[in-house]
Amino acid sequence: MATKHSRVAARVMLAPAVILLLGWMLVPLTMTLFFSFKKYLPLRGDSMANGLDWVGFENYTRFVGSSSFWPSVQATLVIVGGVLFVTVILGIVLALLLDQPMWGQGVVRILVIAPFFVMPTVSALVWKNMFMDPVNGLLAHLWKFFGAEPLQWLSQASMPSLILIVSWQWLPFATLILLTAVQSLDSEQLEAAEMDGAPYIKRFWFIVLPHLSRAITIVILIQTIFLLSIFAEIFVTTGGAFGTKTLSYLIFQRVLESQNVGLGSAGGVYAIILANIVAIFLMRIVGKNLDA
Amino acid sequence: MARAVTTNRKILNTAIAWGVGLVIFFPILWTILTSFKTEAQAISDPPVFLFFDWTLENYAVVQERSDYMRFLWNSVILAGVSTVLGLIIAVPAAWSMAFVPSKRTKDILLWMLSTKMLPAVGVLYPIYLLFIQLGLLDSRLGLIIVLMLINLPIIVWMLYTYFKEIPGEILEASRMDGAGLKDEILYVLTPMAVPGIASTLLLNFILAWNEAFWTLNLTAAKAAPLTAFIASYSSPEGLFFAKLSAASTMAIAPILILGWFSQKQLVRGLTFGAVK
Repeated sequence: MATKHSRVAARVMLAPAVILLLGWMLVPLTMTLFFSFKKYLPLRGDSMANGLDWVGFENYTRFVGSSSFWPSVQATLVIVGGVLFVTVILGIVLALLLDQPMWGQGVVRILVIAPFFVMPTVSALVWKNMFMDPVNGLLAHLWKFFGAEPLQWLSQASMPSLILIVSWQWLPFATLILLTAVQSLDSEQLEAAEMDGAPYIKRFWFIVLPHLSRAITIVILIQTIFLLSIFAEIFVTTGGAFGTKTLSYLIFQRVLESQNVGLGSAGGVYAIILANIVAIFLMRIVGKNLDA
Repeated sequence: MARAVTTNRKILNTAIAWGVGLVIFFPILWTILTSFKTEAQAISDPPVFLFFDWTLENYAVVQERSDYMRFLWNSVILAGVSTVLGLIIAVPAAWSMAFVPSKRTKDILLWMLSTKMLPAVGVLYPIYLLFIQLGLLDSRLGLIIVLMLINLPIIVWMLYTYFKEIPGEILEASRMDGAGLKDEILYVLTPMAVPGIASTLLLNFILAWNEAFWTLNLTAAKAAPLTAFIASYSSPEGLFFAKLSAASTMAIAPILILGWFSQKQLVRGLTFGAVK
């Protein structure tokens, strides 16, 4: 039905967005790839103008071979896995809870969603100082109240603390999406199962959970992509110390702090590949939805 | 799946849900309360919740000492201009894909989404270098461009899903009446698309406001928005709880209020239309 004229117009309308995103993707990506095969230490006088030495795959092997690589992979997996575990489980519980009939549902929803709108640097700082400070933090007071010795949260229990902070930020997202999915559940099916005498746990396991599976998958994939690159939370709380140096934080340190651009770029290429593996699954789900 | 339940059950639900909601909201509430305390009260042992001498002093000190307004203004400019620019570029693009789809439309949409998945740290140095070369480091213009580009895929996607819901028959009818492409867009579609565009604007303003990778790494003093302003409080000097709280409250208050209006759009925008 579209005329030739409107098809041409459509292409013209689409062009700026496509060209900009293409540039945004290709230019830095090509540069990262280029640097990853070069020795590039700007602080030691290496510069683009003087020409950079080609070192082949040396940066790639050195990045993986360095003593901080495997701990950073482990830290990344622990943070991503921990936050996913907490947010998905609590998200399901909260979504089911918020779906129950109650007074003031709108207000409760607002309370639960609020952490998502707090900027990462604020939530990291508030948790670090006002809650996890070993002397004046609220958690320290709580521990003392129960007669326990307050912890140095961000050094003695750095990972659980970080998982707590990041989960607090992402729980609203999981809850909101799962709640949307719960609300689209057909109540007749549940009522029929209830009348047949199925206990709550069975109704949940055989009806609710399968219905939520798609939403859960989406929550996991989207959160994974964002969690792989969390930055501000680590930057503000531990600065990568106490075993919280994730892969992306390690790359950040290599590139900006120690200014080893070649090495950091090789790390960047690894991070891009990793993110793409996750992204492929997400795109498949989103793509399927697009046909409908 | 809401069903009729007994009043007792409803009371129980309400109590549990409010309890959980308050626990989750508590860090924000505590920050806001602490911002009105004196420094001594902020670290008093045991902690005081409501019965303290409320004071506005911290707000005055934060503004005076760190020029809060300048950071706020940077945040407003960065988030506002990048979002509006993004919309100007994304509206025509989403429009053409929703109403004049071609065989490649789906691929283009998915490809745009894939650019959003690129880990920022993977392209940090190239952008940093380009910014130095172009003199964009610590400039508002540079950050506006970056924030616009990282949110562009989300803007296009959100608009696309909204535009898709506008019935095509209306377009055909207007074409029959002899409306040209320009009239079609200006007088027929725009009024129907305004709610979708407004929600997109809102959500992306929030995302740009809270962005804390590029804003921390590409600014120093001049163009730094509130994210960087708050991060500067992580130095030992910032260990004054009441002032930290006042600064935090000022940084999140505008967005909390806007955020409450955008909860519905949040789902659509962040799942790329996969959950509505």
